[in-house]
Amino acid sequence: MITWANFGSQLFNGLALGALLALIASGLTIIYGTLGVLNLAHGAMFMMGGYAGYFTWQASGSFAAGVVVGTLALGVLGIVMERVIIRYFYARPHEDQLLVTFGLAIVFVEAVRWYFSSDSKTVQAPAILQGITNLGFMFYPTYRLAVVGICAIALLALFLILYRTRLGMIVRAGIEDSVMVDSLGINVDRVFMVVFGIGAMAAGFAGFINAPIVSLTPEVGEQILVQTFVVVVIGGVGSFPGAVLGGLVAGEIISLTSMVNPGYAYVMLFAAMTLVLMLRPRGLLGKVGRE
Amino acid sequence: MPHCKLHRFSRRDFIRTGLGLAGSLALPGGLTLAADDNGHPPIGTWPVGVQGKEVYIGIAVPRTGTYAEQGEDELKGWQLAVEHINGGNDLIRQISPKTKKGVLGKELKIVVADSAAKPNDAVQAEQRFITEDHVILMTGSTSSAVAVAMNKLAQREKVLYVTGISGSNDTTGKDCVRYGFRQNFYGETAANAIGPVLLKAYGKGRKMAFMTPDYTYGHTVTKSTSEYLSKNGGWTMATNQVSPLGATDYSSYLTNIANSGAEVLLNVNWGRDAVLSTQQAKQFGVIPKMKLVIPYQIPFLAKNVGAELTEGVFAATDFWWTLEDKFPLAKTFVDAFRKKYGYNPEWGAENAYMSFALWADAVENAGTFYPPDVIKSFEAGRKLQSFVGEVYFRKEDHQLVRPVVIVRGKAPKQMRNKEDFWDVTEIVPGAPLMQKPDAFGCKLGDYT
Repeated sequence: MITWANFGSQLFNGLALGALLALIASGLTIIYGTLGVLNLAHGAMFMMGGYAGYFTWQASGSFAAGVVVGTLALGVLGIVMERVIIRYFYARPHEDQLLVTFGLAIVFVEAVRWYFSSDSKTVQAPAILQGITNLGFMFYPTYRLAVVGICAIALLALFLILYRTRLGMIVRAGIEDSVMVDSLGINVDRVFMVVFGIGAMAAGFAGFINAPIVSLTPEVGEQILVQTFVVVVIGGVGSFPGAVLGGLVAGEIISLTSMVNPGYAYVMLFAAMTLVLMLRPRGLLGKVGRE
Repeated sequence: MPHCKLHRFSRRDFIRTGLGLAGSLALPGGLTLAADDNGHPPIGTWPVGVQGKEVYIGIAVPRTGTYAEQGEDELKGWQLAVEHINGGNDLIRQISPKTKKGVLGKELKIVVADSAAKPNDAVQAEQRFITEDHVILMTGSTSSAVAVAMNKLAQREKVLYVTGISGSNDTTGKDCVRYGFRQNFYGETAANAIGPVLLKAYGKGRKMAFMTPDYTYGHTVTKSTSEYLSKNGGWTMATNQVSPLGATDYSSYLTNIANSGAEVLLNVNWGRDAVLSTQQAKQFGVIPKMKLVIPYQIPFLAKNVGAELTEGVFAATDFWWTLEDKFPLAKTFVDAFRKKYGYNPEWGAENAYMSFALWADAVENAGTFYPPDVIKSFEAGRKLQSFVGEVYFRKEDHQLVRPVVIVRGKAPKQMRNKEDFWDVTEIVPGAPLMQKPDAFGCKLGDYT
């Protein structure tokens, strides 16, 4: 149903959807870009962040505490994962990396199911963010509006870390050529650990922020993982700005297609990905030669 | 854990080995393997499946995913029915008068698998149950996509299938089979039952918006309901938002609905999809601005979204526990269920229990497990008691003729206890609600 009012509304909704996708995808793309590991457990980590936050929120009644614990817990989990398992797979073929991260995803999902059951868990947004905001051209849930802002801030923080710190410089250099960085005397091993931790934190943060919108289930990460991969492919594998752009593009495709025919929203997303792969295989902002 | 077995005996393996031996000895002599007294040749899992003291039933039900919560409720209904049938419980005997203990003296055992509401998973699990356990009855589905796939499996393997929850017109319509039977209400009967209620409550000429899950259940329920309302009340379709099963974010659909000018929102989504889409409709201010209607009731919906959201909402359903005030059998069932599981059964459990009870009655009356005879017994159209009064199977499409229950959400302050979400406003007799048996293209197929 195409009207100007609906077009404006969907354009905005696409932005809101895209902001969250961008945040999750950025974690995935940083890890892949630096470590060369395609982390199939990223969706499960997104889910774990949600549950860690949920557990804390239930215990303390504080949403902010949920955000902090959800993020930090995943940071710790990410570092432990990297030290105990992932680092032994850097030198191994991609198939092995896919298998081990896929296996970890199953373990995470079933562990959460064992402890929290399959029933969905609802997280209430903070009281101040509940309710509806009148944007003039449409009504929009206040919490979703806040999520756009929260995601923007989180993405800005990631940007500052990557582009304005020494660590970020090393990470970006590592994305381009990790062998060279290593031979310059930088402890790449430790950088890798930190990067995996940061990527995991981004997933955990997004996982809890997303919880009040869709509620939590052990499977919540599976669906988002597929969309996140599409975002990364569209934006350019390993590119942080690409993840942001890819997220926004994906959000708009889903929203605007649904205006014409909601049944085709996700079909169009994959069609767009196919188009990008055919015309610009490295992604919108990806660089040639990057793995 | 995709597959949990209850009570497995190595004795079965022994029998199987014995049978294999017997077969290999008998076959060279040109004898038919294990024909019964009437000389029927083997069919499906018969007679291998009924030669022990126990007979097995295969259940493929969603225990994870979008329909998990409803699946667990169904499973409890089946488990209670099996317990009652094996024990010769008085409640079962009021539905199936010839039942003593077990079915034809044999104890029922169940094998259970998680289908995650996916047709592939369900069919694979049941195929395994047929091969390994020689199940003589299959059930499961909380999705009509599964029910339709199971129908086909049942007809191909010649093993009986009674549906779990399945709301699509197709299940006993164009995808009906000789080996499949459905107890519960469905799109067409739901629409014809709730339609007049909606016209009376909201008047003629309204603009309606639908939220439709993108598979056979969603499409047929939306079609039946919208057609009734437009034909009889002049309602017009403002928008129909079709979404994939298991969607979590409904923002783009709700944005379209908010801009559609609709006055009534009919949410056909089911399971967790219904919970999420309803909660998000509230977040987007779509409800209470638009009147919410649930054409095909979702167990636990009110509990999950809160009574504030379901207050005043009309829904069509198979059963609601307060029917215990009206039907003595319903009261016995609700009491027994509550005693065992600690909550009042939803309609998934009621459908599950009744479908096993009706099957037990069909077998007892056939006097044999031989599938074609059991089918003919189902088709005999015996009038039986249920939790909603008298019911019988229609022989042309294997659909149970049964009332549809209309409920309306109570205001939180009117609730007598924490499960008192709905008021039963009407019990609409089933026969006039149904289409002509061949209207949806049902061709049952062969007995053998």
